[in-house]
Amino acid sequence: MILPLALEDLSFVAGGRTIIEPLSLAIKAGPSTIILGANGAGKSVLMRLMHGLIAPSSGTIRWSDPDPQWLRRKQAMVFQRPVMLRRSALANITYALELARVPRAEREALAFEALESVGLPHLAHRPARVLSGGEQQRLALARAWALHPEVLFLDEPTASLDPGATREIETVIRAFDAAGTKIIMATHNLGQARRVGDEVLFLHEGRLAERAPVADFFARPATTEAADFIKGEIPWA
Amino acid sequence: MSSILEALRGAAWLIASGDATLVGIILLSLGVSLSAVVFATLLGLPLGAAIAVGRFPGRKAIVVLLNALMGLPPVVVGLVVYLLLSRAGPLGTLGLLFTPPAMVIAQTLLILPIIAALCRQAVEDAWIEYEEQLRSLGAAGLRAALTLVWDIRYSLLTAVLAGLGRASAEVGAVMIVGGNIDGVTRVMTTTIALETSKGDLPLALSLGIVLITLVILINAAAYWVKDAAQRRFG
Repeated sequence: MILPLALEDLSFVAGGRTIIEPLSLAIKAGPSTIILGANGAGKSVLMRLMHGLIAPSSGTIRWSDPDPQWLRRKQAMVFQRPVMLRRSALANITYALELARVPRAEREALAFEALESVGLPHLAHRPARVLSGGEQQRLALARAWALHPEVLFLDEPTASLDPGATREIETVIRAFDAAGTKIIMATHNLGQARRVGDEVLFLHEGRLAERAPVADFFARPATTEAADFIKGEIPWA
Repeated sequence: MSSILEALRGAAWLIASGDATLVGIILLSLGVSLSAVVFATLLGLPLGAAIAVGRFPGRKAIVVLLNALMGLPPVVVGLVVYLLLSRAGPLGTLGLLFTPPAMVIAQTLLILPIIAALCRQAVEDAWIEYEEQLRSLGAAGLRAALTLVWDIRYSLLTAVLAGLGRASAEVGAVMIVGGNIDGVTRVMTTTIALETSKGDLPLALSLGIVLITLVILINAAAYWVKDAAQRRFG
């Protein structure tokens, strides 16, 4: 187990601009966590800090298991725009498994299993780059899922998809959540936060403004920033 | 005007008759330049990719140097390889001077910077798109570089073709290290230079026509491969 994750006085400054103001929080296994906020609130940056893609300007990120090899192996991330290699859908997944040092003999079976979990087994041998946007994003989920991560980071995974594809992605995410994977997802979509999330971390201009269970957050936002965000967003959600 | 027509007629006759000397020269040219392209590709692609992905002190200077070396004068490369391979040189004992392998070495050195520099640029552009995903999956350093090279392999074809174009067109390097010895190290470009100065224009012109035709055919084939692959793999 690499969870819980503890962030202490974590901040991130780029080019003299503070993107994340010092924040401390603990993230436990179990409830799916939604990082909610407007564009530019620092959602993606916070997620990249947690995942280790960028280094904090100050503060620490502590997982309960400090072994770096294991840390990589136990986390996966799905980005807003999936980056697929120019090979088949199946080969994109076996590539990830190879990097995770899964023995060669087991890779293909695991990859097929992952493709089935996102409903794409029939596209296994199609070149990944010619799949539709929604299919590519599901493939990205399958690639992450094949690693059986303990923590799955999702950075606005449906921001560039149509409503139908968005629903499909959300269904897959909820299934992964139900299977016991810790979901940490950034979104600015309130409907999605409600449908997928258990708790909300609300970021406002680089500051952690509020943390609350989803139902409480929407019913009784504790800060005016959160209340404004909910009000402002509802017509387009 | 009549001399051009005469030369053209002679060239057509030489090509049509499949003149043995002509064929020998063409085959040697292809052998030398294609070998150089193979070696320079095997060295240049990983080198370019490593520089693209790596972060080390002096990297910018190396990028500038590599770009500058794309314009390396063939005669200078020829001279350096000549000095290395000459009897008194550090590699003189190999006895390679004035042999086809010496020409391959010279052309490899000549086009290595071209292939490496163009590869560096292509991989760097791709790295911007792939970096976070690959690092998230745990690919870094050499592993990431090789993944990128393989993923943009059809784009890198252009870098390889640029190298081939340079190798097949240059005279200076092969002239110096090969010596333009009849039947041994005489290639298309050196023959054209020699025959033109001797006044045998039909032979020079026929070689020129063959050279340009071959380059066009190779490029057409490469373009077709790239196009088909891109339609298939996206």
